Amino acid sequence: MSFLAQSAAANPWFSWAYLRTNADTIRALVVEHLSFTVEAVAAAVVIGVPLAVLAYWVRPLSGPILASAGVLYTIPSLALFAFIAPFLGTGRLTVLIGLVLYALLLIIRSTLTGLSQVPPDVREAASAMGYGRLARLLRVELPLALPGLVTGVRLATVSTVALVTVGVLVGKGGLGQLIIGGFRNNFYKAEIATGAVLCVALAVLLDLLLAGFGRLVTPWRRERA
Amino acid sequence: MNSFNQMINWLNDPLNWTNPDGIVTRLLEHLRLSFGAVLLACLVAWPIGIALGRRGRGGGLVVVLSNATQAIPVVALLTILPLTALGFGARPVIVALAVFAVPPLLATAYTGMREVDPDVRDAARGMGLSRWQLLRGVELPLAVPYLAAGLRTATVQVIATAALAALVNGGGLGMIVSAGFGIGIAAGGGQILAGGLLIAGLALLAEALLAWVQRRVTPAARQT
Repeated sequence: MSFLAQSAAANPWFSWAYLRTNADTIRALVVEHLSFTVEAVAAAVVIGVPLAVLAYWVRPLSGPILASAGVLYTIPSLALFAFIAPFLGTGRLTVLIGLVLYALLLIIRSTLTGLSQVPPDVREAASAMGYGRLARLLRVELPLALPGLVTGVRLATVSTVALVTVGVLVGKGGLGQLIIGGFRNNFYKAEIATGAVLCVALAVLLDLLLAGFGRLVTPWRRERA
Repeated sequence: MNSFNQMINWLNDPLNWTNPDGIVTRLLEHLRLSFGAVLLACLVAWPIGIALGRRGRGGGLVVVLSNATQAIPVVALLTILPLTALGFGARPVIVALAVFAVPPLLATAYTGMREVDPDVRDAARGMGLSRWQLLRGVELPLAVPYLAAGLRTATVQVIATAALAALVNGGGLGMIVSAGFGIGIAAGGGQILAGGLLIAGLALLAEALLAWVQRRVTPAARQT
């Protein structure tokens, strides 16, 4: 077949022909990568923020919460997937749970930092105005902790985009499928490069979007800057 | 038989430890790759970080670099580097791992130099120390706790990432996991779990050991 003869002769890092022929596959993998990232970070926020609030309210709990999230974070990604896969199989859920566990530490730590940076005066003023514990949290402390949370979400998003590629281990690695697929496909450089470039581009794009969103929801910081 | 029992059996089989591609071989491979990567990263990051920190320049560069490497998937470098002039084998794996070890080493070397009290530096200069003597006798000893913190972060990260070398058949403990997936979860579940346990154990052990080293070289007054 001419394809084999061609690949032995020329193996460029970039190929329009490759992109055209495989547009559908590439698009599907971008969507998979994106949905993994969004779902994992969203789940990490939904689980992580309440845990951070708990650590903030009940000081003695903050040590154990941060420490256990830290241990999860130290466990290498490959090992984490290896722990989950034998029980949940090689499906989407295995990858998703691994990603959430990783993002969790970044979210908890940044939210807690944001919360503990709320000035004591502000907290006292809010109490003096008659805010209860929950109202103070929702209307004063969490809004003031938003910049910290946004930083955490940005960090978590960028590292999750990179981490999704490890999902190739169970055959669900988003753009990682292209990277490893190209490697196994006789070192097809165009496929590898397409996966790698799209992956980095996705991380940068999401980071910029979140940075813009962060500015939008904290107008008081913009005036100061 | 469930995967957990399978794992116990797999770990209890002495052949799985001593085989030509058994645990011992894979562990040594893993350590060799990690050591090479950390060494390479130190050789690159420390001189640059120390030079930048002494001049108080390039702090922005350090931040940009560490943010930029966050966005690069390890898997991408592991597959791209063997196709460059580096060739196949251990070399591209070591370089790929080193790339991710540079930012923490660079940042801590930079901070370590910045945190040296300017008065101390002035006093040392006033005593007639040359730039080289100042670095060796005053600045580096004061920066040791920072350098140790960076070394700990970088090493633990490299040991964790080295497991991914298995995705490109690059050796290390990750090979045990990928071989397990190769024979399918039904038959290889125990091996997958065992490989994961060994990798996680090594990473946590390295973290504990280096945390101890870091505490030893940090004066009591500076410990947080």
